[in-house]
Amino acid sequence: MTVKKKHILVCNGTSCQNVAHDEIFNNLKKELQNHGLEESAGLVRTACFGLCEKGPVIEIFPDKVFYVQVKPEDAKEIVEEHIIRGKPVKRLLYNEPETISGKESGEKARFKRKQIRIALRNCGVIDPENIEEYISRYGYEALGRVLDEMTPSDTIRIIKDSGLRGRGGAGFPTGLKWELARNNQNDQKYVVCNADEGDPGAFMDRSILEGDPHSVIEAMAICGYCIGAGKGLVYIRAEYPLAIERLKIAINQAKEFGFLGRNILDSDFHFDIEIRYGAGAFVCGEETALIHSMEGGRGEPTLKPPFPAQSGYLGKPTNVNNVETFANVPVIILKGAKWFSSIGTEKSKGTKVFALAGKINNVGLIEVPMGITLREVIFEIGGGIRNGKKFKAVQTGGPSGGCLTGKHLDLPIDYETLVAAGSMMGSGGMIVMDEDDCMVDFAKFFLDFTVEESCGKCTPCRIGNKRLNELLDKICKGNGAMEDIERLYNLSIVIKDTALCGLGQSSPNPVLATLNHFRNEYEAHIIDKKCPAGVCKALMTYEIVEENCVGCTACARACPVGAITGERKEVHRIDPRLCIKCGACLEKCKFNAVIVN
Amino acid sequence: MSNIKVELKKYQVEQIKEICKSFGNNPDELINVLHKVQGTFGYLPAEVQEVIAQELKVPVAKVYGVVTFYSYFTMLPKGAYPISVCTGTACYVRGAETVLQEFKKELGIEVGQTTDDGRFSISCLRCVGACGLAPVVMVGDKTYGRVSPDMVRDIIKEYSD
Repeated sequence: MTVKKKHILVCNGTSCQNVAHDEIFNNLKKELQNHGLEESAGLVRTACFGLCEKGPVIEIFPDKVFYVQVKPEDAKEIVEEHIIRGKPVKRLLYNEPETISGKESGEKARFKRKQIRIALRNCGVIDPENIEEYISRYGYEALGRVLDEMTPSDTIRIIKDSGLRGRGGAGFPTGLKWELARNNQNDQKYVVCNADEGDPGAFMDRSILEGDPHSVIEAMAICGYCIGAGKGLVYIRAEYPLAIERLKIAINQAKEFGFLGRNILDSDFHFDIEIRYGAGAFVCGEETALIHSMEGGRGEPTLKPPFPAQSGYLGKPTNVNNVETFANVPVIILKGAKWFSSIGTEKSKGTKVFALAGKINNVGLIEVPMGITLREVIFEIGGGIRNGKKFKAVQTGGPSGGCLTGKHLDLPIDYETLVAAGSMMGSGGMIVMDEDDCMVDFAKFFLDFTVEESCGKCTPCRIGNKRLNELLDKICKGNGAMEDIERLYNLSIVIKDTALCGLGQSSPNPVLATLNHFRNEYEAHIIDKKCPAGVCKALMTYEIVEENCVGCTACARACPVGAITGERKEVHRIDPRLCIKCGACLEKCKFNAVIVN
Repeated sequence: MSNIKVELKKYQVEQIKEICKSFGNNPDELINVLHKVQGTFGYLPAEVQEVIAQELKVPVAKVYGVVTFYSYFTMLPKGAYPISVCTGTACYVRGAETVLQEFKKELGIEVGQTTDDGRFSISCLRCVGACGLAPVVMVGDKTYGRVSPDMVRDIIKEYSD
């Protein structure tokens, strides 16, 4: 094998793949061939770099040069200028948006600074469909060491000492979970990987499975060895075709190389992995519901205890961990508990992957040490708010979490502080909102989601959330009364206290958080009948400013319901009873005569 | 159940039976069977569910319960060009709602319905994970990113001839 001098890494994550990925890849390949460079320059399809906002993204290694928003026709220039002449193509270079401090900028992307990549260590670096690339990055070494030199209890002790906690949201100590499953004697046990990423706006599990499936497979095998399980199951969303495909390839390769199957690495340990498909139900992220779904039934949760560690899949002891949790395990085994626990805060060790989205400049995937502040995440790594708008709030923990505001910006992020601030870590979705977002509407958005996703088994969640949603709807439509705030609050507390599973218990969080931090917006909707952000349509009125109207009739022609009347060259009027507030007139008016109140 | 009546042809019944058999007629595999059958037929009408229930030896009610529980399964046929608007949080805050309204207005149908000519249907989906491209719309397997309401007409046009 000749040593390649340069590598072109082409991001093949879902976001980038959707925009002309294949054409770019093929054009690069053709250009390399044209110049006889197939031997000296490597071309690799990798997974998500995390910079989804600027996709399609290409990195030239070892130069660490990022090209963003690359088009298929750029391939020639990249190969001729950069690969042959060694001159980066300036117009495609990654340029950061101005950040608040605005000091440094340039090629060394701020996006990558402050990040520590453990779970994402291989994402965007290796070809996920080639097991040899994983092996070359210490892949399966942890499994080898565990099987060779360590007892299951030694291994569990390392995980316990490392302080690793469940990355799916609740933060249960992983080592303890493994120990519980180990202590339950049974002839058959199961290791389950929860890849049913249901939080809308979170895509870290998908990216790990697309970018580094072997790390999850290796960790599942290690877990199987520790708890005494011979079988692993990955429960994955059917909506993630690319992740499923890569996982399948990885499992087959691992079997071929003897990392799965019988007598793994000449030990007496046997372990196999199968894939189970989800079918679109948020509640299946809850472990008991997930297990019922894997058994072919409705994904309804059951009371704990019994915990899955006692009686799980098919009634056997089962250990369920999230994708990101698993991805941390091999590194912890290799580098030790002490190293891992040196990162993070007192009670939350290591790093957390967040999916930054919403009104932020750098939408994408980041991995940061626990204890980093929201300010660093949003304004430094995230590059601040889009279009120079003002930061209003950030939602963490998805539909189960709450929003954090400007006063929380300097809060160190870990499991405990987020809960104390009225939100939660969740699976790691971070949706940033700016001044144009209405918080009442936002709470309603999540309640819409919960009402749709509630499995209907317990009354507080099925009916309580419906009532919450109706109250919010009433307020958004301008029919709210001040007592409704009290009602919202009381009902939320009841649901939290009495719902059966984690979904129900956390579903009122978005309501409570917005009530606590943005009570003034609720009051504006109720008392003044106004939506300060201008989102709630029912509370908006469209009017024509007489002085500005020239009578061009453009608005009247655009109005789909004939609510605008007026003769040519005369002032027009909008009939508020007919107006459906579609905004067509505002769009068409060239004289700023239409205003929204 | 839906009002649509479907008469299954003999070969179709055989197809369903074949799929059930490939999973060993094991009731634990119900969800996998449904995935496969929906992949073949496009949707899961009552008549199809009856055959599956018979083969896996479970009550039809159990099959119906599972089909209606999961959003991925549908009892209504989709259009030739199914339009899915992502209404995940990231797309929502970047204006997916107005895009959805525009599709509904242009096609004159509601979410979950199919146009009379059977060409288009609209559905909402929760996060395809391409939040960098928000708001995202999918037509079949093709993804459209950063969609604004005024792009809607052109997108529909692409599939109209």
